[in-house]
Amino acid sequence: MTDDIRPVLHAQGISKFFPGTIALDDVELRLYPGEVHALLGENGAGKSTLIKCLTGAYQRDGGTITLDGQEVNPQSTAASQKLGIGTVYQEVNLLPNLTVAENLFLGRQPVRYGIVSRRKMNASARATLSGYGLDIDPAEPLSAYSVAIQQVVAIARAVEMSGKVLILDEPTASLDRDEVQLLFSVIRQLKARGLAIVFITHFLDQVFDISDRATVLRNGRVVGTRLLQDVTPKDVVTLMLGRQLEARVQERKTGAVGKTLIEIQNLSKRGMIEPFSLELHEGEVVGLAGLLGSGRTETANLIFGVVQADGGKIKLRGQDITINRPRDAVAHRFALCPEDRKTEGIVGDLSVRDNIILALQARQGWMRPIPRAKINEIAESYVRALDIRLASLDMPIRLLSGGNQQKALLARWLATNPEFLILDEPTRGIDVGAHAEIIALIEQLREDGMALLVASSELEELVAYSTRVVVLRDRRQVSELTGDQITPDNIVRAIADEAAATVETA
Amino acid sequence: MLMPGPKSSVLSRITPQLIILGVALLLNVIVLPDFFHIDFRNGRMFGNLIDVLNRGAPVALLAIGMTLVIATRGIDLSVGAVMAISGAVAASMVVDGHGWGTALLAALATGGLCGMWNGVLVAVLRIQPIVATLVLMVAGRGIAQLITEGKILTFMNEGLIHLGAGTIAGVPTPILIWIVLGVLMMLAVRRTALGMLIESIGINERSSRLAGINSRVLLICVYLVSGFCAALAGVIVAADIKGADANNAGLWLELDAILAVVIGGNSLLGGRFSILASLIGALIIQSVNSVILLSGLPPEFNLVIKALLILAILVIQSPRISYLLYMLRATEPRQDPGQSKPKEEAAQ
Repeated sequence: MTDDIRPVLHAQGISKFFPGTIALDDVELRLYPGEVHALLGENGAGKSTLIKCLTGAYQRDGGTITLDGQEVNPQSTAASQKLGIGTVYQEVNLLPNLTVAENLFLGRQPVRYGIVSRRKMNASARATLSGYGLDIDPAEPLSAYSVAIQQVVAIARAVEMSGKVLILDEPTASLDRDEVQLLFSVIRQLKARGLAIVFITHFLDQVFDISDRATVLRNGRVVGTRLLQDVTPKDVVTLMLGRQLEARVQERKTGAVGKTLIEIQNLSKRGMIEPFSLELHEGEVVGLAGLLGSGRTETANLIFGVVQADGGKIKLRGQDITINRPRDAVAHRFALCPEDRKTEGIVGDLSVRDNIILALQARQGWMRPIPRAKINEIAESYVRALDIRLASLDMPIRLLSGGNQQKALLARWLATNPEFLILDEPTRGIDVGAHAEIIALIEQLREDGMALLVASSELEELVAYSTRVVVLRDRRQVSELTGDQITPDNIVRAIADEAAATVETA
Repeated sequence: MLMPGPKSSVLSRITPQLIILGVALLLNVIVLPDFFHIDFRNGRMFGNLIDVLNRGAPVALLAIGMTLVIATRGIDLSVGAVMAISGAVAASMVVDGHGWGTALLAALATGGLCGMWNGVLVAVLRIQPIVATLVLMVAGRGIAQLITEGKILTFMNEGLIHLGAGTIAGVPTPILIWIVLGVLMMLAVRRTALGMLIESIGINERSSRLAGINSRVLLICVYLVSGFCAALAGVIVAADIKGADANNAGLWLELDAILAVVIGGNSLLGGRFSILASLIGALIIQSVNSVILLSGLPPEFNLVIKALLILAILVIQSPRISYLLYMLRATEPRQDPGQSKPKEEAAQ
């Protein structure tokens, strides 16, 4: 497909702000007829926000959308459907208790004398679905069929109602291999019919399997649009993970590593992560690299007792310790800043002050309240030390920006004076300034002798502060890089191995 | 309203409730001009205001426990039934010849046990609070009937009766009981870290657990306190009528208690709470009851009028209205993006 063809849908300069963050910044997306366009990016990169702006689920704060050369401005998903933009979500949002035909024609059933004509509806449903290579009985309830078939019915409904642009949001997430192929054959047919298709997924091999073009988002910006025949999976991974901090790479200091603090031996949880072992020393930052779903967060959660391990053990200074819940971990002076700040980190309606003091107070128990003056002293000193910008310590923490929330969470844990700090995506979704400050803080803490485990999808960042990097893939530890081996290229290679291999054999 | 200075915070938090209470009392005065008149006869205070404070005691007591439960994002539907159980326990104890102290302690222990049962269902088995407490709401009256053997168990124990109908220094005992318990509980949650930890669980239990809060124990404790408060209310009601009525004691009072908490401005979604505001909420309900009684309207109007008044209160406090007010205030500074630099920075 060449660029001379006029795009069916052309979104330009799309911006979307949420309180405190820029979710989309000047995003451009061109969708061409008869082309599958993959939308890539780590969680929080802005994929779903972009989709929601296109379908009118969100009102965009800036930019224009032209559809067939006409500027459009859908106010709701129903309006965008009428315009020709259909969307199918990961969770099939059809009604499983109704028949296949009813699902297909819901809201626009063929009517005779004011009564729904079942026969006509079933006949045209059968005709429609056979166009998708499905030979099923449309009078059966939808729930009688597999998720893949339900997915195809959802696609058929979206296409019949809309018919210009089809957005597939992680359609393959819950499908097995054969079902994915069924879905892909449907997608290929639609492609041949000239639809512009947006395909969102985390599976790189599927992207290369079905898509013609890919747009990569990172932190709400488009970092590149590529014709996939011109690039390798490694290129795409590199784009997704970014190389913003390249200049810093050389500055990395490999300070003296102290005594062994923690030994993790074959810690495992069936279905979550394969047994892994890890040794952490005082004054050391171990980086955890890997794509989304590779087991970074699972590793962090297992060590901290968020999830109970079903095998292996943890030793602290040579002593066996039991961690069944986060409480146990906190008692051993572990700390964890989770990946999902909103649902696992902040307590939104509590004041910044209370949020900072929370973990320390929880460890002391409710009977021994920290005196008001002491609370203020702790909170104020961290606000100053970490440069947390706020109007007042009394304001609810949810009103702070992402970066300041993250700093307040760091303050919460630093106040407990931890020996071992786990940071899961400490810089995700925060602005550049706070980003640099948090990296500086990590280095400071390492120099002070703390042991840190940092999971991040920002490779340059990992390279900048890690003394060792553990690479995870498919919920397994696949390699460990030390010293001069720690470069973005090496990490990308370790991450991409499998994905590349799969594409080659496919 | 969200971030008041430390000094005015309590007052500004309860201002809406005080205004509503003021209006409710004013209506009482309109209907009965000497509503505030208090007589002192036979060593006891008499008057309509005293009646409001006295009759409001059961709901006020329930509201104390219910506030804590609701702050954790839960609800306790069983308090009415627990009142019946504890009243039955107290009555059967004194009928069996035990002293009133023993009877009171047994009743309170029973209430605590009931609360603990709820707490275990919610905190350990992770059953939704509304369902978990529904079990005891339904079963509780049956249990109470088993204790009273199906009849209204009357008693003549002076000590026990004193708790519901007696006075201390001229003030009816129930008034003193709910005020003292209310103050103790307010001190307990605000002078320790308990209040903050409870709020934290209610706002975001996952975050709280990850911060090392023992949410399971705290949840159980909160339901236990609710059961304890219900037991105290049950004893007062039983003492007042000198008998335990398993069928009617505390009937529907769980709903009044929830309403008191909601009128008190506490969100059913959990989080920040004020026991004081809930207590004022309980007084508002009792004042509304009083104005309907005093107005001499036929009793069939009572529930309708009460519903209308409460609807009005809830509309004023509804999220949509408060959101409109919030937006009205929030959009103001955005009009001049150039001027308000420091504020912008803070909000970034």
